[in-house]
Amino acid sequence: MSDNKIINWFKYASPQSFYPLAGKMIPWFWALAALFTIAGLWISFFVAPTDATQGEGYRIIFIHVPAAWMSMFLYCVMAAWAGIGLALNTRLSGMMAQAIAPTGAVMAFLSLWTGAFWGKPMWGAWWVWDARLTSALILFFLYIGFIALQAAIDDARRADKAGAILALVGAVNVPIIYWSVKWWNTLHQGASVSVMKAPAMATTMLWGMLVMAIAFWMYAIALVLTRVRAIILEREAHTEWVKELPEVKGNGQ
Amino acid sequence: MNASFASVLAIIRRDLLLAMRRKSEVLTALFFFIIVVSLFPLGIGPEPALLKKIAPGILWVAALLATMLGLARLFAPDHADGTLEQMVLSPTPLGLLIAGKIAAHWITTGLPLVLLAPVLGIQFDLNTEALGILVIALLLGTPLLSLIGAIGAALTLGLRGGGVLLSLLVLPLYVPTLIFGAGAVEMVVSGMSAAGHLSLLAAMLAMALFFAPWATTAALRIALE
Repeated sequence: MSDNKIINWFKYASPQSFYPLAGKMIPWFWALAALFTIAGLWISFFVAPTDATQGEGYRIIFIHVPAAWMSMFLYCVMAAWAGIGLALNTRLSGMMAQAIAPTGAVMAFLSLWTGAFWGKPMWGAWWVWDARLTSALILFFLYIGFIALQAAIDDARRADKAGAILALVGAVNVPIIYWSVKWWNTLHQGASVSVMKAPAMATTMLWGMLVMAIAFWMYAIALVLTRVRAIILEREAHTEWVKELPEVKGNGQ
Repeated sequence: MNASFASVLAIIRRDLLLAMRRKSEVLTALFFFIIVVSLFPLGIGPEPALLKKIAPGILWVAALLATMLGLARLFAPDHADGTLEQMVLSPTPLGLLIAGKIAAHWITTGLPLVLLAPVLGIQFDLNTEALGILVIALLLGTPLLSLIGAIGAALTLGLRGGGVLLSLLVLPLYVPTLIFGAGAVEMVVSGMSAAGHLSLLAAMLAMALFFAPWATTAALRIALE
């Protein structure tokens, strides 16, 4: 576009130039996600040994741990996009935050759900008020609050900004919530089981978990990019460049 | 400086005056608090030992919910009649005026809860020491609830289903306050010192005093755009 050699960092901040770029990236991330999922599942089912104390049931951690990691990581990414959107007033940042939220919520839910499946055979209970479980639950609530707030505001720009403030307030609160819940848990001493006390892991188990984490990561990126493309189309539907898109033109008439 | 201080006091006086003219709103939240607290023994059973154990939690959860009731009305009337726009235009920093409004909200909803809580605590057979700590914890905690709640109130200003949405946004953020507030009383009941809990509550209050009016102001500016 411009002749100078400086990289234009803001080139892809415009929805118009980001839309085709995202379209090109999506298949790659889907492919990577599939690849790592296959490798990860293969390691977790066929390579990783049976756990000495937990038997075969432990294998759910190959889904559970990556989902929990992603739920926390995605909240940070969402808050970061929200902060960038507020500071630089870029439209795409708000769209990214909006696109990340549902995936983050699903990850949080998935980690709670699989955690319950893991807890039943290991602890004998679907749910214990462990510090980690409780803070994961609250993280899930924070995601739901963000999604609900954005859904309630009709004006997209206001929804972005209001959501950004909520995400940032949430991000400040997440560590406070985590430590307070941890303190609360040690006080009550109700749940004697702790996720922390997991025995040292075999290397292959760790590898399985890492590969699965990468798979989840790639999956999340592919999904978020797909969703952000849909959001771009929705919000920019009135613009000329969207009307000129072959996929829109074909369906329009 | 003096002029801004005077306008903050004027805002507080105005909001208190408005509350006095519409006593029913303040009293409704107060009676809601009393009723919710009284419902728990009916649901759980009259065993004094059990009730004594769960009293701090019940009183605190009821206080959270009662504070929530008033929040939806924190900015809505001013938004409806245009006062809020005038506040934005005023030479006094908006954050200060908002801090004044939050202070008035606390005086009308938080302070009555603090004064009423010991009476309800007696129903649950809490001893004098525990009642004293309950009052101190609520004194530190209820302003915190008003401050955090104001952010949610500003974010949901003028939205469909704002009230329910507000509770969805704000209640998860109330978790630390609940834990340390109820925890302080529990410590005393089980014979330990509540100093750590109260210090943490005070620390959170100090942080919220600084940041919450700021975030609320940013949210209000977005709502008024």
